[in-house]
Amino acid sequence: MRLVNTSEIADCVYRLALKAGRSLTDDCRAALRAATEREQGAAKFALSAALENEICAKREQIPVCQDTGMAVVLLELGQEIFLEGAPLSEAVDGGVRRAYAEGYFRKSICDPLTRKNTGDNTPAHLHTEIVEGDKIAVTFLPKGFGSENMSALKMLTPAEGTEGILEFIVNTVKAAGSRPCPPVYVGVGIGGCFDSCAFLAKKALTREIGSRNPRADVAQIEEEALKRVNALGIGAQGFGGAVTALGVSCEIAPTHIAGLPVAVNIQCHCVRCEKEIL
Amino acid sequence: MKRLTLPLSPQVLSDLHAGESVLLSGTIYTARDCAHKRLFELLDRGEPLPFPLENAIIYYAGPCPAPAGKVCGSCGPTTSARMNAYAPRLLDLGLGGMIGKGEMSEETGKALQRNGKVYFAAIGGAGATYGNAVKKMRCIAFPDLLSEAVYEMTVEEFPLVVAMDSFGKSVYGRN
Repeated sequence: MRLVNTSEIADCVYRLALKAGRSLTDDCRAALRAATEREQGAAKFALSAALENEICAKREQIPVCQDTGMAVVLLELGQEIFLEGAPLSEAVDGGVRRAYAEGYFRKSICDPLTRKNTGDNTPAHLHTEIVEGDKIAVTFLPKGFGSENMSALKMLTPAEGTEGILEFIVNTVKAAGSRPCPPVYVGVGIGGCFDSCAFLAKKALTREIGSRNPRADVAQIEEEALKRVNALGIGAQGFGGAVTALGVSCEIAPTHIAGLPVAVNIQCHCVRCEKEIL
Repeated sequence: MKRLTLPLSPQVLSDLHAGESVLLSGTIYTARDCAHKRLFELLDRGEPLPFPLENAIIYYAGPCPAPAGKVCGSCGPTTSARMNAYAPRLLDLGLGGMIGKGEMSEETGKALQRNGKVYFAAIGGAGATYGNAVKKMRCIAFPDLLSEAVYEMTVEEFPLVVAMDSFGKSVYGRN
């Protein structure tokens, strides 16, 4: 058994949140560079501006995007760990609160009805998975809502199959159009039940852009979906072009004999995601 | 690239075409969903707005707080489509144009055309660049809305794309 104080998790969340807000992931930067080479006109202008913007954010020590997002925190907690200290969710919120205050990040969380801002960007969306071992894997994904708003979930019928999945992915990106800050990164959940399917889609967004699912049939869906999405011609910021998506990642889980849930979680071109193992 | 200084004359506006890139300097006003709702409540009650609407440019944005020693934090555009409910009426009342990101409705496009105004697209996700181009900033209304309040900003060389012009053409229609 390993004893861990939750203040260590709070400190880790704080570090990851600060870093995530101020930089793109390496794979996102590489994908944007590659896209810049393929485009022209207004789309090329937009992609170059996105790359220059990250340099500016690092130099000025300010967030790359003013939408510093809802704090999504994924914890993979080894079952040999015993946690002591403040309750886990309080510790995570504490790390978020500190990073968003000290980093001069925007506080974007509010009551859904009164719209009153909570003032410190908490609560975080914390998802904890108990896994084997005595390590803690922490992932911090600040999720902007320009793209989150364009996400969708559909309960397909088993008869609709792979073609139905592909159609739903393409139609969701098409309906989003210029609004989610394309070129987008598309996270797809296939299977599970209503809520776990949506979570699979979110988890897919924590994967490296361009990585492929180890299952060949799922990898094929990723490749075919990317091809079809890019054929839409939406392009960077909706200005038209060959790159509407930087990548498509699918996660899969067993589902019920009567169903085929599919969730599409859209991420803008400003992919920010940091990981650390404690 | 064209360099534009606010306010834009009818002559300058009539020479802006969807798809071209410009650098815009001058004074603009931020407003997002909640601020627009309150501006409409003022209009409905016949009360004055916090800034003169005539030829004013609204920037659909909600900045991050300014770090010590800086004028403004990260400040890129938000999705303009949510403001389709408000833009046509404001344009008919004299609004000079808008800056945001993403396509706006056909109704907004028609209001731009009928009033000879332009909707500019800022590059979404480039918040640091835009925040850094803000040279002066002050909150002029609804401070309780925090980042969603109305800020008067003096900006220098905002990189923008003419997204919907005064002739009814749109950069988004070329797909």
